[in-house]
Amino acid sequence: MAGTDIIIHDEKDNVGVVVIEKITPKQDCDCWIMENDKSVKIQSMDEIPLGHKIAMTDLNEGDTILKYGHDIGKVVKSIKKGEHVHVHNVKTKKW
Amino acid sequence: MEIPKTFLGYKREDGRTGTRNHVIILPVDDISNACAEAVANNIKGTIALPHSYGRLQFGADLELHFRTMIGTGKNPNVAAVIVIGIEPKWTKRIVDAIATTGKPVEGFSIEGVGDIDTIARVSKKAQEFSIWASEKQREERPISDLWISVKCGESDTTSGLASNPTVGNLMDKLEPLGVHLCFGETSELTGAETVCEKRGKTPEAQEKFRKTWSSYNDFILKEATDDLSESQPTAGNIAGGLTTIEEKAFGNFQKIGGCKFIDVLEPAEEPSKGPGLYFMDTSSAAAECVTLQAAGGFNLHLFPTGQGNIIGNPIEPVVKLTANPLTARTMSEHIDVDVSKILSREMNLDEAGDELIKATIRVANGRLTCAEALGHREFVMTKLYRSA
Repeated sequence: MAGTDIIIHDEKDNVGVVVIEKITPKQDCDCWIMENDKSVKIQSMDEIPLGHKIAMTDLNEGDTILKYGHDIGKVVKSIKKGEHVHVHNVKTKKW
Repeated sequence: MEIPKTFLGYKREDGRTGTRNHVIILPVDDISNACAEAVANNIKGTIALPHSYGRLQFGADLELHFRTMIGTGKNPNVAAVIVIGIEPKWTKRIVDAIATTGKPVEGFSIEGVGDIDTIARVSKKAQEFSIWASEKQREERPISDLWISVKCGESDTTSGLASNPTVGNLMDKLEPLGVHLCFGETSELTGAETVCEKRGKTPEAQEKFRKTWSSYNDFILKEATDDLSESQPTAGNIAGGLTTIEEKAFGNFQKIGGCKFIDVLEPAEEPSKGPGLYFMDTSSAAAECVTLQAAGGFNLHLFPTGQGNIIGNPIEPVVKLTANPLTARTMSEHIDVDVSKILSREMNLDEAGDELIKATIRVANGRLTCAEALGHREFVMTKLYRSA
């Protein structure tokens, strides 16, 4: 099935991964949740390149990022739904 | 897809099967590299395996050095071995251990002779081995004679989404056929360590994994000046969208599919509990990890990459796959299997796993990997601590 812009591993995840070359601000994106084969839509706020993550919901400082249904780090700067999620707003809980 | 029951390999004296038929010139120590390389240059059909260590090591670090040297010589992808060291004692220890496989092996030491006469003497023996090995023929061997190691590198989020799960799919399909499998990368399981521990098949295997990972983590906490954020994830990982070590770890972990590991191996240790999945305690640096897995006796390696790691190994063919469409396009000479169609949903995981199995068997039968054709022969010893 063509036309997927973002893939989400697990229904619990609050981030998705961009799987096209890039998405641009205000782009209406089609998302596919691998775990249950559901589709959802989201409008992006930022330009986000291939392989980078988008917030599927508003996130506050201290919140946990879930990917693969697991804890992959904490929010260190609040993130709005549709924004780019990366090293500028998320940090490891290890080390 | 029906998985072939056999492949074409070289049957060895000890019953194992090689996917390659190398004659190697193995230097015991750094200062014997020059001789080894001169011999390999003289005699066609041989390869030298130069490296940086082997002098004044002691304790566990020296044992690992010996284990790596001996395991490399014993690997079934190697038909015959010449060992060259500066002095006879350590040389003999390696020769004697390799000889237990029954394959031709001979040792030479340089002290009291010098490089030039050593090169002449070794070249004569190497020529004999090379011509002998050239008559070996591939024959039909059971698929269970494949010993497959895996390690990913320059990972990005496409690795966790697609290329690592493709390897996991292959493992799920080959494990029931009696194939030996091995994953490693102790550091890169950080964040997923408790989930990984539960994948131990027995309480003993789980306990061994917990100890191995904790000992590594204690070392990091002791040695790290700040944290590992400059090294893990790497700059390449971050450019590819990976944000934290936890995210990298859960992506990494996809490589073992639904398999459970039956034992935890020391670096370069040969498995001894029969077919199935093993975890080996290794660095996450690609060349170090594959060198250790090859020394453990694995005869074919699968290497998923995101941003494009280009590693190869002198004796164990390294099959590279990627799900990143940009990498597949811009670095095509390094990519054996392109599974980027998973991301556009034109290919599913089951189909990708089948493609990888087909490629694996072709390489096992003798097809050169991209890394072999490009001459990648990274042979890197793991050093545990300072020498005496």
